[in-house]
Amino acid sequence: MYTFSSKLKTFSFILMILGLVGIGIGFMAAPKTIEDVEKILANSHHEGNHSAAPAHGEVVHAIEEGKDAVEHGETKVSDSVVTTLAAHADASVNNVDSSSVHADVSHDVVAEPAAHSDNHDAHATADAHSHDDHTAHLEHVLHQLQNKPWAALYVACIFFMLISVGVLAFYAIQYAAQAGWSPILFRVMEGITAYLLPGSIIFFLFLVITGAHVFEGNHLFVWMNPDVINPEHADFDKLIFNKKGWLNVVRFLVTAAIFLAVWNWVRFKFRQNSIAQDTATDNAPYKRNFKLAAFFLVFFIVSESIMSWDWIMSVDPHWYSTLFGWYVFASFFVSGITVIAMITLYLKSKGYLEHVNTSHIHDLAKFMFGISIFWTYLWFSQFMLIWYSNIPEEVTYYVTRIEHYKLPFFGMLALNFIFPLLILINTDFKRLTWIVVMAGIVILFGHYIDFFNMIMPATVGDQWFIGIPEISSLMFFLGLFIFIVFSALTKAPIEPKGNPFIEESKHFHY
Amino acid sequence: MSNKVIHAIYNDDDVLMDAVKQTRAAHHHIEEVYTPFPVHGLDKAMGLAPTRLAICAFIYGLVGLTVATTLMNFIMIQDWPQDIGGKPSFSYIDNMPAFVPIMFELTVFFAAHLMVITFYMRSKLWPFKQAENPDVRTTDDHFLMEVGIHGNEEELVSFFTSTGAVEVKVVDKH
Repeated sequence: MYTFSSKLKTFSFILMILGLVGIGIGFMAAPKTIEDVEKILANSHHEGNHSAAPAHGEVVHAIEEGKDAVEHGETKVSDSVVTTLAAHADASVNNVDSSSVHADVSHDVVAEPAAHSDNHDAHATADAHSHDDHTAHLEHVLHQLQNKPWAALYVACIFFMLISVGVLAFYAIQYAAQAGWSPILFRVMEGITAYLLPGSIIFFLFLVITGAHVFEGNHLFVWMNPDVINPEHADFDKLIFNKKGWLNVVRFLVTAAIFLAVWNWVRFKFRQNSIAQDTATDNAPYKRNFKLAAFFLVFFIVSESIMSWDWIMSVDPHWYSTLFGWYVFASFFVSGITVIAMITLYLKSKGYLEHVNTSHIHDLAKFMFGISIFWTYLWFSQFMLIWYSNIPEEVTYYVTRIEHYKLPFFGMLALNFIFPLLILINTDFKRLTWIVVMAGIVILFGHYIDFFNMIMPATVGDQWFIGIPEISSLMFFLGLFIFIVFSALTKAPIEPKGNPFIEESKHFHY
Repeated sequence: MSNKVIHAIYNDDDVLMDAVKQTRAAHHHIEEVYTPFPVHGLDKAMGLAPTRLAICAFIYGLVGLTVATTLMNFIMIQDWPQDIGGKPSFSYIDNMPAFVPIMFELTVFFAAHLMVITFYMRSKLWPFKQAENPDVRTTDDHFLMEVGIHGNEEELVSFFTSTGAVEVKVVDKH
């Protein structure tokens, strides 16, 4: 029997407490009103004036002005038939020249006010209009900033819950495939899936308070706002309105409840049969698990696909992708396998898994390697098909990511693909504890970033940052995960008995 | 110096494995073992060095990747950067997603084919090659261990008979 080391228990409590404090700070720090946002923006603008970024903005602005002028010039010119093409070209060249001069000038801090007053003169009549724009912009930023702690919580919450779902799927596959190497690890996997129940309760509560709109600042799912499907309202959105048969809160919550309930029920039965097999005189509990695994895998692949539309894709209700479900699956499946490998190595290092040898680790590392590449394949297939066809209505998904999330978006490719590819390709490396642990940490961090990239651009946009709310949410759920998983590991013998493949598994050698 | 060898023939791979271990323990040098199918763990029992074919394949893959990148960079970006359907051809990275399928396939192509050719060369296999089969039964259901004779011939013969060989022959090797 495994005993939960008191050090690890304390560590998990510290993580949870620090995480909770940080989550609280995140919610406190979120702006409440438009005035707060104005202050935040003014501060960042002031700081930004010294850097190159706003200057660049000015240049773009100036060039746009120039383009406007060119267009105006063209309409005037086209009235006169006499104007030759050459003159026309000259005029536009002049205009472009002047705009580039304009741009150059705006680099100069002294000349900036002049350029500004120029703009004001030109657009004096549009002032009122731009004021409205300004308010709308502030409200937009307010919602993004208010979303920040919510989105941070959501990403961490769904990430850890899906890790345990991924492990459950892996466990079911091992049963259905009658794998001979893995039964020795079944208790480790059961321990990890123990997180599913508390994880999914927290997650479901989160969905309920989001759907019921309990908190003012929670705008994670745009389509949950009743205004967007109200034809009378200024925020009316025809595209979301057309999808309201699927995207409505009642259907959303009922589906979530069914999926989570079935997954948890399956997990409960798996565990029950697995424990029963320890003392059984025949293989009846094992056979029940085999059939349950077959049922679960069929149910899982359908529910997993639907849950990816609901819980992740619907933060971008204007966008859709057909292979999204597989993509999400690959992401949390590889994370789940990585967690199995890391916890196995931890328990082995503490001397609890006598019969686990380097061949078992090697197999897990091969799965980490293979599924990492499978994830990349799906990532690339989704990205490349959309990039290639470049259809405006779907390419915006990647445009926002590449524009505002360049480092996390491409960085995760290095973490989730290039690093495991180069490290885990070597057979000898796959048997070394420190290599597998290091690759595991990188893969897990990479897939957190993956979920971050899926949720954040639609909820906080360019206001993202991995700061206190994000790290604290991650810490809280990590602490909870460690506490629940290792508590569950103490509840049953760490090596199962009576499984028909257990002897083979104990002597597994690759 | 005679080039006599002993051909010890077995009809079971388990017996063969034991015989190989005993022969190694008795410090007789095993020239070669002929089997009709791969015997799991035989290379370890014989003490053969692990293959480096996988390392070759990795390097060949890198060569393939380089070839694909150079090829398309030259054709699509340097030599004639046309606008084809609005795809950006200003630099390689701009248009890279479109090249990835080719980069992938050429990596696999080079890794696979060059590795196979390396295998053929290292194991000296080619069409019309004279088969080096000391006993036709080794391709069907018998296992043959070839051991060079240095020293007492009769002692060696009795040693191999005791290892469970169904037949022990002393052969002159040319």
